[in-house]
Amino acid sequence: MNFKLKIWRQPNQKTAGEFHDYAASNIPAEASFLEMLDIVNEGLAEGNEDPIAFDSDCREGICGMCSLVINGIPHGPGKAKTTCQLYMRRFQDGDTIWIEPFRAAPFPVVKDLVVDRSAFDRIIESGGYITARTGSAPEANSVPIGKPIADLAMEAAACIGCGACVAACPNSSAMLFVGAKVSHLGLLPQGQPERKSRAHNMVRAMDELGFGNCTNHYECEAVCPAEINRTFISRLNREYRKAAVREAVAVTVDE
Amino acid sequence: MNTQLDSKVPAGALEEKWTKHRAESKLVNPNNKRKFDIIVVGSGLAGASAAASLAEMGYGVKCFCFQDSPRRAHSIAAQGGINAAKNYQNDGDSVYRLFYDTIKGGDFRSREANVYRLAEVSANIIDQCVAQGVPFAREYGGLLANRSFGGAQVSRTFYARGQTGQQLLLGAYQALAQQIAVGGVKMFPRTELLDIVIVDGHAKGIVVRDLLSGEISSHAGDTVVLATGGYGNVFYLSTNARGCNVSATYRAYKRGAFFANPCYTQIHPTCIPVGGTYQSKLTLMSESLRNDGRVWVPKNKGDNRPPSQIPDSDRDYYLERKYPSFGNLAPRDIASRSAKEVCDEGRGVGPGGLGVYLDFAEAIGRLGEKTIRERYGNLFDIYHNITGEDAYHLPMRIYPAVHYTMGGLWVDYNLMSNVPGLHVLGEANFSDHGANRLGASALMQGLADGYFVIPSTIANYLATQLGKKVSVDRPEFNATENEVRKTVAKLLSIKGKRTATSFHRELGLLLWEKCGMARSRESLQEALQKIPSLREEFWQNLNLQGGDMELNQSLEQAGRVADFLEFAELMCLDALEREESCGGHFRVEYQTKEGEAVRDDADFCHVAAWQCTGTDSKPVRNVEPLVFENVKLATRSYK
Repeated sequence: MNFKLKIWRQPNQKTAGEFHDYAASNIPAEASFLEMLDIVNEGLAEGNEDPIAFDSDCREGICGMCSLVINGIPHGPGKAKTTCQLYMRRFQDGDTIWIEPFRAAPFPVVKDLVVDRSAFDRIIESGGYITARTGSAPEANSVPIGKPIADLAMEAAACIGCGACVAACPNSSAMLFVGAKVSHLGLLPQGQPERKSRAHNMVRAMDELGFGNCTNHYECEAVCPAEINRTFISRLNREYRKAAVREAVAVTVDE
Repeated sequence: MNTQLDSKVPAGALEEKWTKHRAESKLVNPNNKRKFDIIVVGSGLAGASAAASLAEMGYGVKCFCFQDSPRRAHSIAAQGGINAAKNYQNDGDSVYRLFYDTIKGGDFRSREANVYRLAEVSANIIDQCVAQGVPFAREYGGLLANRSFGGAQVSRTFYARGQTGQQLLLGAYQALAQQIAVGGVKMFPRTELLDIVIVDGHAKGIVVRDLLSGEISSHAGDTVVLATGGYGNVFYLSTNARGCNVSATYRAYKRGAFFANPCYTQIHPTCIPVGGTYQSKLTLMSESLRNDGRVWVPKNKGDNRPPSQIPDSDRDYYLERKYPSFGNLAPRDIASRSAKEVCDEGRGVGPGGLGVYLDFAEAIGRLGEKTIRERYGNLFDIYHNITGEDAYHLPMRIYPAVHYTMGGLWVDYNLMSNVPGLHVLGEANFSDHGANRLGASALMQGLADGYFVIPSTIANYLATQLGKKVSVDRPEFNATENEVRKTVAKLLSIKGKRTATSFHRELGLLLWEKCGMARSRESLQEALQKIPSLREEFWQNLNLQGGDMELNQSLEQAGRVADFLEFAELMCLDALEREESCGGHFRVEYQTKEGEAVRDDADFCHVAAWQCTGTDSKPVRNVEPLVFENVKLATRSYK
């Protein structure tokens, strides 16, 4: 298969970028999208041109490292998959394909298609955990958790932290990402002691890092490779409201 | 001259060794813990759990990873589960049984005391993870669920859908994040280790490259903990993430750490078959699928009928036929080799004949599609996405692929290498899996090492280091940095024609053919002859674009391939000198008439720990005899 590629090139964070044209020739239909880019990069290197920088690692859809906007859609066409799980047989021979980095103020472009998503780490550091000192845990079966709750927590926990939700949102909101973590931990009995401070701190961190608000477009849910459900955003709103009210009336101790 | 290796395994009964060792280990008092800086390299299950736990204890920790976030380490890709001797299923499991299964699965080539300790702390791991909020699968009554896995006859595997590694890693990552927030850990993402700094014979620091700015800098610490994973990517195609590499452990080897059993590599039986040369990685289909899938090929060569038209009488369910008691749950090495055998006989299926069927028709008939979807839905989706085929109605095609490496840096019972101050955890060390790892045991080992072993044993070293702090002003740091800079400059100055990928692919293919599922004296000698010339060509004809003071992914890759090109030789040499078949190491000269592996316990019941003597001279093969006080060496049988 042959494709015309329009690829965003940007030497570094401080220099403006622009689209460049490339041809991808003789690409096997069985190749993945990133393997297509590998082939293009091999060709560039052979012609003594700087290869296109893009992030990827596991190439099986779980690590969350790959991050392209393909024809305007984070992770490209198709539901519930990362860029690395996109295969060229999905495209028509001769297609023109636009390839850009994730675009969001909290995710600055580092080079070409590589962005800095460390803001997500800062959000988790603000409260996306259960404090459980190593060695102090009780017997695992001492706290039963009903299967429906455990399953729902797992659905929320499936988030791979890729940031497509932010890239797809017109407001660059991280509500789906935060909603997933607040729900995962808040649904479980182990997560109760820190439940309110967690929701509060994570939302505050999200605001401070420059992520926008949710205005119910749900583009996030549409592109999410892990199929995180938008109802986790509603759950986050409820959790946050409770936490905010407590702050307003100056309740400082969880009970 | 050969070096005596002291495993420091404590004396006493097997069941009491770990308890006794902890009671007798040195301690560092809380005021002094603050004074110690620990460098942790790698943020997978072993690295993240160690960094978080050590910081909780009060040590100062610096943690480094090459990914953009510690949450992306390759542990995240583990699908199937984690073993623990909880005996929740009341099916006769025990610490001893998990220990014995692991020793036997490893074909009696691992250290008894380490494996027993692993089995012992396995139950604590599950407690710890549940407390962190890891959403393991549960029964309707709310208690934890289990499933069975290859190489075991009990159900002791805990799982979170097909994403157990992800959930365990996120648990460790969140614990790490909490410690980053309170200042216990300073995290350095997108930072790659390029060398280890040795001061007066002790590991006291590292030289790293900031992958964004290209800046090379040094970090000093009181001890260095490597948790940098395995070297499966030496084969180019493997189930490992693209970034996985041998560089950290290999550079440590060149600085004096012994590399143990590099020939022990695991070929996983259930991966999606190779499609073509463009392919960048192989995708694993969790071994848990073998609980319900039946493996078969056509009985007759050249039977090209679609699988649905091949009647049962014309099918060979070869694992069930050859190993009636374990059947489709035979250990990984056996299942892989059996697949290779039937394909070598010309009975393989799919393009190129390099595939066997993994068929769910019977299980779907017995349990219904809904149950199968609940158990393995995401795996079936992955398979469909990659191959375009629907495994609910058509058997999967699978083939073995490189998956895990049991070899690694030699460590003693404290997880310290022969270089004082250099600790090695997880897949990066050699200690627990012998010549073959059982399914769902990698996650167990990574977390055992990080949460429970190193926090107890690291003080045995640190307590001897009070008042011996070194800083990056020591000349050893500058000297090591200069060597690293020279290597980077050399790579960029070659300006040749072939990319690092092209060299890597050629190396990988050579190893897969000559040092893969089956090895022979001839094939290994051939590889040992070819690798040096490929390496020479690399250093003369490498095409590397871009500069050093920027994000340069080609430079990162070239550095890793350069190390693979040296390490490959060590792997083949180890395979050549281990004149027996054991676990994942199958030498065609040493097999029974039926094609089963033949161990040589008289001559090879030992760990081979290789000592570097310089780039161009043959390394020295040191030996640690394996002493079995509790287990009787037996021929592994899964019939």
